[in-house]
Amino acid sequence: MTQISQVGAAPAPSGERVSFEPAEAGGPPATPGDKAVTGFSHTVLIIWSIMVILPLIWVLMSSFKTSSEIFASPFALPAHWSFVNYVNAWTTAGIGSFFVNSVIVVVCALILTMLFGSMSAYVLARFSFPGNRALYYLMLAGLTFPIFLAIVPLFFVLRGIGLLNTLPGLILTYAAFAFPFTVFFLYAFFRSLSKSIAEAAAVDGAGEWRIFFQIMLPMAKPGLATVAILNFVGLWNQFLLPIALNTNPDNYVLTQAMASFASQAGYSVDFGALFAAVVITVVPVLIIYLIFQRQLQGSVSAGTNK
Amino acid sequence: MTTTASGELATPVSAPPGGLRRIGSARWRRRNLTFDKISFFVVFLIIPVAFYIAFVVSPFVQAVYFSLTDWTGFTPAMNFIGLSNYAKLFTDSTFLQAMGNNILMAIVVPIVTLGLAMFFATLVTVGGSTRGNIRGLRSSSFYRVISFFPYVIPAIVIGLIWSQIYDPSAGLLNGILTRLGLEQFTSFAWLGDPRTARWAVMFVIIWGLVGFYMVLFIAAIKGVPAEVFEAARIDGAGRFRTAISITIPLIRENVQTAFIYIGILALDAFVYMAALEPGGGPNNTTLVMAQQLFTTAFTKGQFGYACAMGVVLAVITLAYAGLVFLVNRIFGGKSEVGE
Repeated sequence: MTQISQVGAAPAPSGERVSFEPAEAGGPPATPGDKAVTGFSHTVLIIWSIMVILPLIWVLMSSFKTSSEIFASPFALPAHWSFVNYVNAWTTAGIGSFFVNSVIVVVCALILTMLFGSMSAYVLARFSFPGNRALYYLMLAGLTFPIFLAIVPLFFVLRGIGLLNTLPGLILTYAAFAFPFTVFFLYAFFRSLSKSIAEAAAVDGAGEWRIFFQIMLPMAKPGLATVAILNFVGLWNQFLLPIALNTNPDNYVLTQAMASFASQAGYSVDFGALFAAVVITVVPVLIIYLIFQRQLQGSVSAGTNK
Repeated sequence: MTTTASGELATPVSAPPGGLRRIGSARWRRRNLTFDKISFFVVFLIIPVAFYIAFVVSPFVQAVYFSLTDWTGFTPAMNFIGLSNYAKLFTDSTFLQAMGNNILMAIVVPIVTLGLAMFFATLVTVGGSTRGNIRGLRSSSFYRVISFFPYVIPAIVIGLIWSQIYDPSAGLLNGILTRLGLEQFTSFAWLGDPRTARWAVMFVIIWGLVGFYMVLFIAAIKGVPAEVFEAARIDGAGRFRTAISITIPLIRENVQTAFIYIGILALDAFVYMAALEPGGGPNNTTLVMAQQLFTTAFTKGQFGYACAMGVVLAVITLAYAGLVFLVNRIFGGKSEVGE
């Protein structure tokens, strides 16, 4: 659990055990063998970094080219650095409105699942009652079974309540499928929190509601931040649920809009706009990632190192 | 009603119906059922769990039932046909091919991805000097940040980017290869040739995931006390030896979790295929079960049959997870290197 407690407070470069951080200048002189290993390590990692970065740079460059330039040569720089492709992607392909749909769906689902998830995790972690274990295993089952098993009945559940092809339907489904992970993660977190403060509050006459919202929830902030970040990335990238349950083109979220745009582009061949749409999709997330990368990487390790 | 010193009920038989006990605090009493408590449990547990059951658990259960029917969804007629769907499934050569593709991917993708991730994580954490403290590489955070990029790009977009890179005439890959003088690749269709399609697709998945697991392993290795590494070094273990005999056993729980996550992903792989090979690839060499399920359900409307595919997919997923646990148990279990 130590990883978790570091997360919210921007984990400082690990000072406590050993510094695995870069060697400072002025350390003991490196042996020739060390130099060889270090050189080898850098070479391998630089090659890998190039393999990661190069495709992204190529996409960025291609997003400024016309379709004929794209077909002429994969390397040549665009003749004019114009934003025509971006305008086309934003307006004709409607990437802007799908972006808004994605934000609405993900934010609402995130709030819902964080609220429900933290409440249920708290009850499961702090109270014992008949069926507690059973509920815990029910959550585990929801985490393990593939969504594909549920997708057909889910389609008819949503149709039955009239929410098929609507954003609220998608929000509820997103929230429900993020729920078991949220509970599972926060369950461990609430168990690790000290009980004495809650008990002191109970002695002082605070009700269960107050204990949760005024004492336990603030104490759980680091855990909540971690789960929220992981859920955000997961839901933002969700693809199967929208293409199965949300087939009205006006309500498309970004991921499915990208897929449908690409399959259309295959015929009408506006590859420039496709590249621009990819850039529009990737850049905001990439900027957020660069700002929060420490927290995000901390979350990843906390989320899986339990 | 007798209670123990800790306030727990000593005889469960005497617990009140639906008895709720605070763990380790004052025992539950009937007169504690205030409005505050009742509303608390209704809102905190019953409503969220009911919601979860309605949207997640019940579809899972219904799917198992539907798989035993010939239901086509839009008509009320739903005849119970027992295991016929499953019998049909195991003679359906397309589905069996998809299953084979999935199983190949569930073997190759985890091993290559986690192997690379572990290799990079080891280089980053212990690639530095062997004198003094165990050190990581200079600018290791740079590599970490870059490698992690693909994790924040939606998988569908990763697929779209790579389908352009693999493009036979205008793609980056063939551009580079021809520039290097390999003229035979001038318009080679990586995704259209049955010999290369599945490897090209797997490469994309691996490209997208290595950074994520690398970060995970780096965090795990950093959690190992430095004394362990120092002791190994004093005992004369080289870097390679240390990685194999010390690092991996110490973080084996993380490796196990990683194997399960990535295996589940490889058994799905739907998103990547939707972008790279929506039609199943040349001679169906990249067709996956999930694609077949999706087409069967939402294009052909054979919902009962599609649910049977879902059940098979779920069983294979669980079997895979069980296999990972089993392998981990066989190869040393918990206590090879005590912490």
